[in-house]
Amino acid sequence: MSDLIRLEYRDVTMRFAQAGQSLTAVQGVNIAVRDGEVVSLIGPSGCGKSTLLNIGSGLTAPSEGQAFVDGERVEGPNAHVAFMLQKDLLLPWRTVIENVMFGVEIQGVAPAERRRRAQALLENLKLADFSGHYPHQLSGGMRQRVALARTLAVDPTVLLLDEPFSAVDAQTRMVLQRELAQTLKRAGKTALLITHDLLEAVTLSDRVLVMSRRPGRIIDEIAIDIPDRDDPLKRRTHPNVAGYVNRLMDRLDIGAVPA
Amino acid sequence: MSDASNSSVVWRGTAVSLSLLVVFLAAWQWGPGLLGIPPFIIPPLSTVANEAVRMWHVSGLAYHTGITAAEVIAGFILGSLLGAFIGYLIGMSPTAEFALSPYILALQIAPKVAFAPLFILWMGFTVYPKILVAILIVFFPVMVNVLTAIRTVDPDLINLARAFKATRAQIFWKIEFPASLPPLFAGLRIGSTLAVVGVVVGELVGGNMGLGYLLAFGEGQANTAMVFVAIVMLTLVGGAAYLLVILIEQRVLHYLPKRAMSGF
Repeated sequence: MSDLIRLEYRDVTMRFAQAGQSLTAVQGVNIAVRDGEVVSLIGPSGCGKSTLLNIGSGLTAPSEGQAFVDGERVEGPNAHVAFMLQKDLLLPWRTVIENVMFGVEIQGVAPAERRRRAQALLENLKLADFSGHYPHQLSGGMRQRVALARTLAVDPTVLLLDEPFSAVDAQTRMVLQRELAQTLKRAGKTALLITHDLLEAVTLSDRVLVMSRRPGRIIDEIAIDIPDRDDPLKRRTHPNVAGYVNRLMDRLDIGAVPA
Repeated sequence: MSDASNSSVVWRGTAVSLSLLVVFLAAWQWGPGLLGIPPFIIPPLSTVANEAVRMWHVSGLAYHTGITAAEVIAGFILGSLLGAFIGYLIGMSPTAEFALSPYILALQIAPKVAFAPLFILWMGFTVYPKILVAILIVFFPVMVNVLTAIRTVDPDLINLARAFKATRAQIFWKIEFPASLPPLFAGLRIGSTLAVVGVVVGELVGGNMGLGYLLAFGEGQANTAMVFVAIVMLTLVGGAAYLLVILIEQRVLHYLPKRAMSGF
């Protein structure tokens, strides 16, 4: 991890017009994610986490402030960033390998290179035997791994992950978390992970940022000082995990608010 | 569902289906006689079969069937192409949809077969007015299905493509068009059967060609068996068109899970 800043939000504010009045989703958000760092963003529903992700990927422009990726101001979709959502967004008419190649195909990478990259990723994610299958023939966990492969295939420097594992069962989630952690480490990728799962935030990240209720602001920043960031299963058993989770619960006022 | 129980469903289903056919044909042959229904109301199966043979040799049954089939195919293909094209065009432009939807709705509500006499006034006793009615009637289910499909593509899918810097054309060809194919085929299935309706109405209204003409001719002669033959042939033409759509659909949509595409 170097001190180079890969992803930065500078004084980002986002307002939406809703029912005739202006609604502030996020207010004055400053985030800087260093090269190779994994930062989690947690906060109550509707606090504007996904808005920040859309701004980072260039799909929406902030009302105020700017986002930067690799030192360049984000003014639209760009090849440095790729995102992954809770929904796998696989195309049912494409086989697994064709789905993985979707992004590189759009970006105009040569066919032989596309296939080479996709095959390498499928092997890394233990999907090589399924490259000719269609999405409906796969389990939810496998589909999400294909989505991860598609995200990595465009070789982004920054990954924006919006609750990527919240739709899979608990055991599959742990396996996927470990695969993500290992992949990020191996490829040296920078990631911003949005999650509701406090344990996921603690075990996968170098830092956790806590957002307030709307209008969303960053109200706390917690550095996770536990070794083995590439092995969340091992991290789970570390004695300090409970302390971090408790602090997050405290900051989120969990227990104080009705669910 | 396991393969074993699946194949037993197919077996039993086929057996029941065939038995029903035998029962139906037997009832047609002997039912009218037993119930005292005269042959000019319901002619028995054998009479209808004899009439079909007579019409084949004397009335040019093959010729008229061929004319009707050609009109159905031409009307179906042109109507589908037009419906799909307009569906995609309107689907890509919310402004166009907003501006055109009242007229489309009005045309959709208007009974298309009522245009048949008008088209015959315009184009005479040729095959063209029949094809035109078929085009008009096939157009709507195809267009509406395509339009709805384009409207309901998951916006996150579009955003995914946009995040990869896809152009508008890439979004259409790589996402919207393939996503619209299952509903398009649902529309084509409906269209293939409606094309027959359009053609027959056109033929009934005027002209001296096609199964609709034989139908009207048989009626004029009080030849009930002839009417039955025409109805059976029309059903065969419609069935063939429908089957053709299904066969193409199964090739194009091969990626769908098998059970999502129960054939008939």
